[in-house]
This record gives sequence, structure tokens and C-alpha cells, in this order.
Amino acid sequence: MLARINGSHPINRLRGEMDRLFNDMFEGFPRTAIGTSLAPVFPAMNVWEDTDHVFVEVELPGLKLDDIELLIASDELTIKGERKDSLGEQDTYHRRERGTGCFGRTIRLPVDVKADEVKATLRNGVLLVTMPKAEEARPRKVEVKSLPK
Amino acid sequence: MTTMTIEKPASQEMARTEPICNRPLFRPNVDIVEHKDELIVMADMPGTSSEDIDIQFENGTLTLYAKVPARQMQDIYYDLNEYGLGDFQRTFQVGETIDSERISAEYEDGVLTLHLPKTEAARPRKIVVKDA
Repeated sequence: MLARINGSHPINRLRGEMDRLFNDMFEGFPRTAIGTSLAPVFPAMNVWEDTDHVFVEVELPGLKLDDIELLIASDELTIKGERKDSLGEQDTYHRRERGTGCFGRTIRLPVDVKADEVKATLRNGVLLVTMPKAEEARPRKVEVKSLPK
Repeated sequence: MTTMTIEKPASQEMARTEPICNRPLFRPNVDIVEHKDELIVMADMPGTSSEDIDIQFENGTLTLYAKVPARQMQDIYYDLNEYGLGDFQRTFQVGETIDSERISAEYEDGVLTLHLPKTEAARPRKIVVKDA
């Protein structure tokens, strides 16, 4: 027979103690919505659709197509890349706001896409990925018939 | 050591320049590097073009402005909208040791690179010490 677990049980007291500890630890951190991270994600993305395509746009100033790797599965897009440091070590920086280094990010696409028909263009630091929607994901026009009277 | 000063204006000063139209104005991220004979300003300004960039240098104030044409329809519905679209602007107070006549700029891959050559007087000089 199972012992009745209540507040006075040592395990429960320990658990309560742990909860309190964790709550104290994270107090003072900004509260964010579920699923959002505290650190800003890079790169920022805009995603939108038309009837037949899904578009993903990313601002990647200073990168060439060779610096960017795109991986597309049916409903996932992964972008990887590296922004190289164009300046020498011995230079004196007065201001350094432009980040450098490797990055990677995966997003879930709103619908399945045809991964083998994806087009990507990079113009003036703006990457646009155009992905045709998979057949089954395209909206279908449903004919509405009126019932015969 | 040179007495070069490049300073970001105070936030109140930024607020004074307001866009006329309703589009947001963004402050581009910059790197400012000092070389022996020039200062280099690199600004991330994706989505514009060399014709749409306006650089002004007047009374020691350097203003970078880039018009960013709309890339999507205005009333678009985004599945994910993590950044806004709008023009770029940023102003710097530059020391008088810049030779404004010889300022040059290029735009490539969404990055504006400005070369601000130092005046002859501001360049570091090696002083040769002679034996008496």
C-alpha cells in the first residue's frame, strides 16, 4: 500500500524547499512569454506567406552567399553562417556594435514546403528565401453548392 | 596619441531629428576603427542602395542617412515578425582633425564603409632623436 503523501512527508518538504530556491534564483529576471528566450535570437527573421509560397527574409549585412548555409526540411528551415571580422587585431576600436562570429538558427515553417524547389537571393545584405508550399498545404477552393429545393 | 573624438550625441539630440513620414527610423549598428591615418566607420544598413544613401559632414557633425525602400506590402500579415523596416539614420560628432574634402564611402553587401582621413596635422609623427 502506498503511503499517503502529504506536506509533512520528507520528500514533499524537500521539494517545497527546492521550489522556493529556484523561485528565489530566477526572481529579478525579466518575465518573458513561454517559449521566448532571454537572449536575443540571431538572426531576426520575418516570415510571411502568399497562397503558394512561404517567404523568409533575414537581414545579414556583410555576408556573402558563400558565408551562408541554408538547410530546408519539409517544415523546418535552418540558417547557419559566419560573419567574419574584417578588421585587423591591432586596430583600435572606438565603437564596436556589429557582432561577428558564427550563428545558427532553426525555425518551424507554418506549412510544409517543397524543399527541392527553394530559391534564395541575397541582395544588399537582405536574404530572401522563397519556398513553394507542398501540394497538400496549398489552400483549395471548395465549391459551395446550394441544395436543390 | 591623437586627440580624436567621435561621440554619439546625447539621446535628446537624437530625438530632435524626427522623420517627417510615419515610417520608423532605425539607428544602424556601427564599428568605428582608428587607423594611423584615417578613421573607418562601418554601418550595417541592409536593404538600401548607394543611390539612396546620403552622407553629410557639416561643422564637425557626420550624419548618415539611408532610405530603405519597402520590400513588402504594407498591410502584410507576418507569421513571424522579428524586425521592422524603415530608414536608417545616425549622427556623430567628429573632431576637427578630419580632412572633410577627402571623405569617401562605399556600400557593399548591406554595409556602408566610410573612410575619414585624418588631417596632416593629426597624424602621428615619429620624432627622431638626434645625438647632441
